[in-house]
Amino acid sequence: MAQMKRSEELTERKKEFRTTVGGTVVKRVYLSSDLAGLKEEDTGLPGEYPFTRHIMPTGYRGRLWTMRQYAGFGTVEETNERYKFLYRQGQTGFSVAFQLPTQEGYDSDHPLAAGEVGKCGVAVDSLQDMEQLWEGIPLGQVSTSMTINATAPILLAMYIACAEKQGIDRSKLEGTVQNDILKEYIARNTYIFGPAASMRLVTDVCAYCAREMPKWNSISISGYHMREAGATADQEAGFTLANGIAYVKAMLDKGMQVDSFAPRFSFFFAAYTNVLEEVAKYRALRRMWARIMKERFGAQNPKSLMLRYHVQTDGFTLTRQQPLNNTVRVALQALAAVLGGCQSLHTNSFDEALALPGETAVQVALRTQQIIAYESGVADTVDPLGGSYFVETLTNQIESAASKYIAEIDKMGGALKAIEQGYIQKEIARSAYEYQKAVDSGGQVVVGVNKFATHDEEETETLEIGAEVEQKQIKRLKALKHSRDNQKVKEVLARVRDVASGNENIMPALVEAAKVYATVGEISDALRSVFGEYREPNIL
Amino acid sequence: MNKKIRVLIAKPGLDGHDRGAKVVASGLRDAGMEVIYLGLRLTPEQIAEAALQEDVDVVGLACLSGAHMSLFPRTVELVRQRDNDILVIGGGIIPKKDIPALKKAGIAEVFGPGTTLDEIAEFIKKALEKNADDNQD
Repeated sequence: MAQMKRSEELTERKKEFRTTVGGTVVKRVYLSSDLAGLKEEDTGLPGEYPFTRHIMPTGYRGRLWTMRQYAGFGTVEETNERYKFLYRQGQTGFSVAFQLPTQEGYDSDHPLAAGEVGKCGVAVDSLQDMEQLWEGIPLGQVSTSMTINATAPILLAMYIACAEKQGIDRSKLEGTVQNDILKEYIARNTYIFGPAASMRLVTDVCAYCAREMPKWNSISISGYHMREAGATADQEAGFTLANGIAYVKAMLDKGMQVDSFAPRFSFFFAAYTNVLEEVAKYRALRRMWARIMKERFGAQNPKSLMLRYHVQTDGFTLTRQQPLNNTVRVALQALAAVLGGCQSLHTNSFDEALALPGETAVQVALRTQQIIAYESGVADTVDPLGGSYFVETLTNQIESAASKYIAEIDKMGGALKAIEQGYIQKEIARSAYEYQKAVDSGGQVVVGVNKFATHDEEETETLEIGAEVEQKQIKRLKALKHSRDNQKVKEVLARVRDVASGNENIMPALVEAAKVYATVGEISDALRSVFGEYREPNIL
Repeated sequence: MNKKIRVLIAKPGLDGHDRGAKVVASGLRDAGMEVIYLGLRLTPEQIAEAALQEDVDVVGLACLSGAHMSLFPRTVELVRQRDNDILVIGGGIIPKKDIPALKKAGIAEVFGPGTTLDEIAEFIKKALEKNADDNQD
């Protein structure tokens, strides 16, 4: 009888427990013996090398993370209104979503832009739009993150020109350009030029910022989009740092000293719903980057060693079915981001598997962060999960798995080569497919989708961008081309082509081009005429 | 059906979210179909042309940028001008209220997040069988 009870007690729900599909096997319980190999110097104190526990000694006791909601849609006037709304709601930083034509170097009147104008972000064709976007918002007093990559140099130039018009010198500007082209080839897909030309533009921006914009993050090396495309937590960590290594090397090849640019390198990661795996991932990433910078590249400035990062909760985990459940997913993901020690955070809206987010949903998303900050208590001590047998073990495991990916990519000759061979893309596509099969078979439960499903299917109120936005934007563009000094535009575009053909930093020429209202499409075309265009290799 | 079903998967417009398109391509291949993955940043003209060149039975379109209302109907129209029998289906972030208009425009079915690979494969097989029966009548 006692025997029976014993075996019943030991029966478990599943044969094997894993963090996530393709993730680490999780044991029933973790003991102090699991940490036998962990040395004091692997964790250290918050604010001290290798920064496993946090980059700041005070964590969030000094300053909370920046609550930075990514937003942009329709015309610049509409987005400007949304920004002002978010500002009144207590948001402390801006994050600009640009429409796809702007991201891929097409003006709003280009045939490929048909149907896309104002959809995934705000339509910015020229400095004129940039000026209206920031109307009434003093750029010297805010920090702005711009999700822009292939056209990052152009949009940064427009932002600089816009600030100058407001009477603010570029050296005073605070913010970030994503400027991470490698992950575009892997996952996000808004590339324009080939890898060599793109790396030159990326490093031009970084070098220019290092010289002229001391408060600006010149790059945001992003794992987020790879995770969204299907990468596991291990892959996200390994591939992102491999890309980071490629950027550092490219800057060194340009003749820059590591400590002159590395302090302005920043990162961007995802937060999935498996809270503890995510916390361990951020801790592992901080430790790995610090060691890579110190040991591989000989960086000495502590700021060069610190992995500073933004987090966005995972869009892919949001379900179309029972959309209100997504508020809970987002809350757990945001909790993971905060327990992990992020510097800034975007929380998704619950309606994003249905459409662009509506205003109520956006407000709940921001409130989620505020509840974590002010009510949960998790921000009151630094790295609250540090020392947990499980979290420390998981931190080690993610570090080891991610290091294997980095070693593999090193062997291929670096991230650029690994991308050209399609290695990273294939790995991610395989993980995405494995995940889908696990969901389809029921092995991975998605509440409200393959378990606890109902037939309610009620549509919530979402945001719709009307076709009139496109017409309005095209009309505005026409008027601009009529009213500006077209002779000057011709001259600056010739200058852009000249600089692109040589080795000089592209940024000063782009700022001049922005100032005379040359458009995103025109400047991109000038660059295309020198650099050509990229087509993705077929990996399927 | 003896002949393998031929499917073209493509992403019209500027949207780069290709996880779903690639997963569906792999899934349909594992379901025994011949799949041509055409990639992204394509115009409706390019997709229609490829559908004809590759002599496919099915065209699968994916869009998550919100541009589906102009891109999907335009692609169907161009496909139909060349071949009336090709089944065109779509997926992505498509608001429910847009689905009736898309179906009216000739999109046979819209598969949103949460769809299983089996559901898509089964739909294609049934729809093509029905097409074949209709053609015999």
